[in-house]
Amino acid sequence: MLADAAIASAEALFMILLMLQVMSLGLFFERKASALMQDRIGANRASILGFAGLGLVNTLVADPIKFLLKEDVRIAGADRTLHALAPFLSLMPALAAFAVIPFGDVLVVGGRTIVLQAARLDVGLLYVLAMASLGVYGVVLAGWASNSRWSLLGGVRGSAQMISYEIAMGLALIGVVMTYNTLDLQEIARQQGRLLWGWLPAWGILYQPVAFLVFFTAGVAESKRVPFDLPESESELVAGYFTEYSGAKHLMFMMSDFVEVVLVAAMITTLFFGGWQVPWLARDGFHLPGGSVVVLPSLVVTILQVTAFLLKTVFFTYLQVAIRFTLPRFRYDQLMRLGWQGLLPVALLNVGASAVVLLLLERAA
Amino acid sequence: MSPLLFLAVAALTVTAASTVVLHRNPVHSALGLVSTMGLLAVLFLGLDAQLIGVLQVIVYAGAIVVLFLFVIMLLNLQREPRGLDGPLLVGAAAAGGLCLAALIVRGLARGAPPAGAGVQAGFGGVAQVAERLFTAYLLPFELTSLLLLVAVVGAVAIAKRRPS
Repeated sequence: MLADAAIASAEALFMILLMLQVMSLGLFFERKASALMQDRIGANRASILGFAGLGLVNTLVADPIKFLLKEDVRIAGADRTLHALAPFLSLMPALAAFAVIPFGDVLVVGGRTIVLQAARLDVGLLYVLAMASLGVYGVVLAGWASNSRWSLLGGVRGSAQMISYEIAMGLALIGVVMTYNTLDLQEIARQQGRLLWGWLPAWGILYQPVAFLVFFTAGVAESKRVPFDLPESESELVAGYFTEYSGAKHLMFMMSDFVEVVLVAAMITTLFFGGWQVPWLARDGFHLPGGSVVVLPSLVVTILQVTAFLLKTVFFTYLQVAIRFTLPRFRYDQLMRLGWQGLLPVALLNVGASAVVLLLLERAA
Repeated sequence: MSPLLFLAVAALTVTAASTVVLHRNPVHSALGLVSTMGLLAVLFLGLDAQLIGVLQVIVYAGAIVVLFLFVIMLLNLQREPRGLDGPLLVGAAAAGGLCLAALIVRGLARGAPPAGAGVQAGFGGVAQVAERLFTAYLLPFELTSLLLLVAVVGAVAIAKRRPS
């Protein structure tokens, strides 16, 4: 009992630290990859004993220290309690959602088989959706409690946007659930280990390409980043719902945006790109399509799987940063039209089409 | 769920629910309602009802109260004038409370289910809830969706109506 609790805590700690590393890598991409795309040099001022590490010192050391040392401004006429509570309500649900995402298959240690997923919840997918829908409270309360017009406008925009895109997101996931017949994310990842025609890994993208596009778009909109960054659009609203935040609280809002980016990346990886699956890698080693088998020790297999999950997540984090520096911001009516008249009907049609195809396949079998 | 944990969560739930009616600021009341729903979800989880617990968060905390906050912000209420001043209102509220208390006491007096009955495997999971929902409770379930459709049509009709 105690050992189980200790293992679960260790897994949760490992996952959260892993994802926070990916998040800081996202911040690094945001500053240096964008510079590369725009033909600039980017952050390179800060260094430790002359070591700037390609701007890593800037983004990972200097930026956070700067934020943490700044004054925490108290706003006149603001609702103190809610103003202080909002950054936590924004960050914590996004971090909590990682609990059900599997980062590997199993780890065999001393006769004990540990499933690499912090919380084995039957309804894992719904849990992630629930946490995502709680994230809106931070935005709404920050907007309302700041006693500022910019903040209020940003908060209202943010909540309307997040509610709208949550619906398309949930409907896209229904197609995925119909394909895998389960809500347990570990089970979904396991099912993607099958092979089609003996050589093609049966990743979710092959079954649900439309759901992937809808989920990805809605996911970018949920994390409130360009081209969907109307809640904070700095050219009109200063910084939107977190205009009146400084220091560590401002850092928490920035962090929660990036944690959401990583969450979307991890969910895309798990649902559509095989999660921790490495093509043709089973629990005892590689089973290559030609029929040859490479036997590997269990620990090596586990390390390969965790690395695969990490690399895929990093890739989709990078992709979201790249999107930010490729597309211009939507107008608000375009944003709403895309959500309600674009993504929602497509996701609904996808559910219908998936049902028909699945029924026909069942008949044929 | 251990009795100690249950008591702690139950006490928190009652506190959160009291803020909904006792707080003067409507935004704080709305936040109290969210907390109540979230804590109820914790109670459901403690009763092995995973699906209901998570749905509780998605449906109530995630959607309805956000809309509630919306209304509050757009109406721009700062401080609600005291609504419970009239003796008639206080009397009616007290009578309602007493009736509810009587119902609860009567329900408790009927006796608790046998202790240690336990739950079978898969209880509260998606499969079992769905199985009941689409067999024994199919008609009420579908009628509820009709009710929701009526509400949606009504909302659109009200939103479309222009002042003449």
